[in-house]
Amino acid sequence: MTEFLQQIVSGLASGAIYASLALALVLIYRSTDVINFAQGEMATFTTYTAWSLMHHGLSYWPAFVLTLAIAFSGGVAVERVIIRPVERRPEIVIVIVTIGLLIAINAITGWIWGADVKAFDSPFPNDTWDVHGVTVSIQDVGTFGVCMLTVLLLWGFFRFTTVGLAMRAVAINPNASRLLAVRVGWMLALGWGLAAVLGAVAGMMAAPTVFLDPSMMLVILIYAFAAAVLGGIDSPIGAVVGGLALGVVINLLSRYVNFVGTELRLPTALAILLIVLIIRPQGLFGHKAVRRV
Amino acid sequence: MPLLELDGVEARYGPIKALHGVTLTLDEGEVVALLGANGAGKTTTLRAISGTVRRSGGVSFEGRSLGRRSPESIAKLGIAHVPEGRGLFPELTVWENLRMGAYVRGERKTIRAEAPRVLGYFPWLEARKTQQAGTLSGGEQQMLALARALVSRPRLLMLDEPSLGLAPTIVAEIFRIVRELNTEDGLSVLVVEQNAKIALESSARAYVLEVGRIAVEGASAELERHEGVRKSYLGY
Repeated sequence: MTEFLQQIVSGLASGAIYASLALALVLIYRSTDVINFAQGEMATFTTYTAWSLMHHGLSYWPAFVLTLAIAFSGGVAVERVIIRPVERRPEIVIVIVTIGLLIAINAITGWIWGADVKAFDSPFPNDTWDVHGVTVSIQDVGTFGVCMLTVLLLWGFFRFTTVGLAMRAVAINPNASRLLAVRVGWMLALGWGLAAVLGAVAGMMAAPTVFLDPSMMLVILIYAFAAAVLGGIDSPIGAVVGGLALGVVINLLSRYVNFVGTELRLPTALAILLIVLIIRPQGLFGHKAVRRV
Repeated sequence: MPLLELDGVEARYGPIKALHGVTLTLDEGEVVALLGANGAGKTTTLRAISGTVRRSGGVSFEGRSLGRRSPESIAKLGIAHVPEGRGLFPELTVWENLRMGAYVRGERKTIRAEAPRVLGYFPWLEARKTQQAGTLSGGEQQMLALARALVSRPRLLMLDEPSLGLAPTIVAEIFRIVRELNTEDGLSVLVVEQNAKIALESSARAYVLEVGRIAVEGASAELERHEGVRKSYLGY
């Protein structure tokens, strides 16, 4: 039983990382109607930025905060410079642009920092707590806490601020928003900025365990896809619940179902994704797409 | 100087020309109706004013040209456009929709200052504040769209077919409120309608659009007696 609980806690930690990245995907999906395939690489790039900042003497938390600011401006810039020119084109065009962006950022990251694997500091002690006989890694608790705090802050932003409200309005009906004096283009850019911040948090939380290399987020991005689809691709709550659930389920399966082990974790995620798409395409919390012809 | 002035306005959707030179004026404190059949260019005329369609020719508001302005900056001048289909945010609550109406003038202070006045016209909205706008009935949605436009205290209110798809009693209620806003607050209104009868009864002057041009114009009371208008739009 205690081991089971331990597996759940460590599943929640990786699930929180999937949830953050899945939420970033959902944010952009709701406003731009496409999956941003470059979300993972954007996160990798910002994580390397954090590594450089720390390498140049900044301590962890100042580097963390500065990285979030850089990620935000980077996200805004990507939308303004690269996505905006194709904004009104068919969705497939935007998707291809984000795939191009994935490849470009991946290459640039390798070019700047090299392809060799780097260690990335964790802000949390490599220690454990004993909670009623269950051994809990502080690393896991911290990862979970940081990711969930970010999600909570973002939720508060959308729920309680005027700009957050306007961003939700733009995602629902951009034309009507324009008539109410909302600058739609900037709201979209802001969405990309916030998505990049979520990605940066996910990247920096994942890096201490998966280590820093130019492709480190590729696998996490696939988990995030699965999580977003599981929760319902247009549902922010779904992305968070989906991410956490996926983290726990995968962790339990790879521990208790022998043939899954560590090798079949990723295929398991893809299987979950496929099953969800077949049985409940709108996901757990998503809206059924109704098209009037 | 009229509040709103259109001079030879042309507009097109891609290669298709929708307006072939529309000229009209609206004075401060006036209710003006814009009538016409489907496809005559009524909606496009409103869109030409709010800047949501490509247009040429003169459009001016309070003497300022709107020609190069974006829809956002036109809204900031005080033109509230309730578009075709009402333009509500169905997944947002009634209250959030109203807050979006206040966005143009600084959301927080405007909603606090204007909500009581607007809710005075639509008292039933108070109890529905936390309900999703998409769950309201058609008539309620039209009233919410009107209420949202009023929250911004517009200098000019533009309504695109407020009667569309609604029961006669609800249409009468909406036009009663529009008349009341006009006589009590001096609100200027440009209303597009297919329901010529109620539009003429509620307006001081009217224009009739036919294939992108003004075909008839005059005082609403006179147009009600105008033979062509009567036959084509009033049906007797």
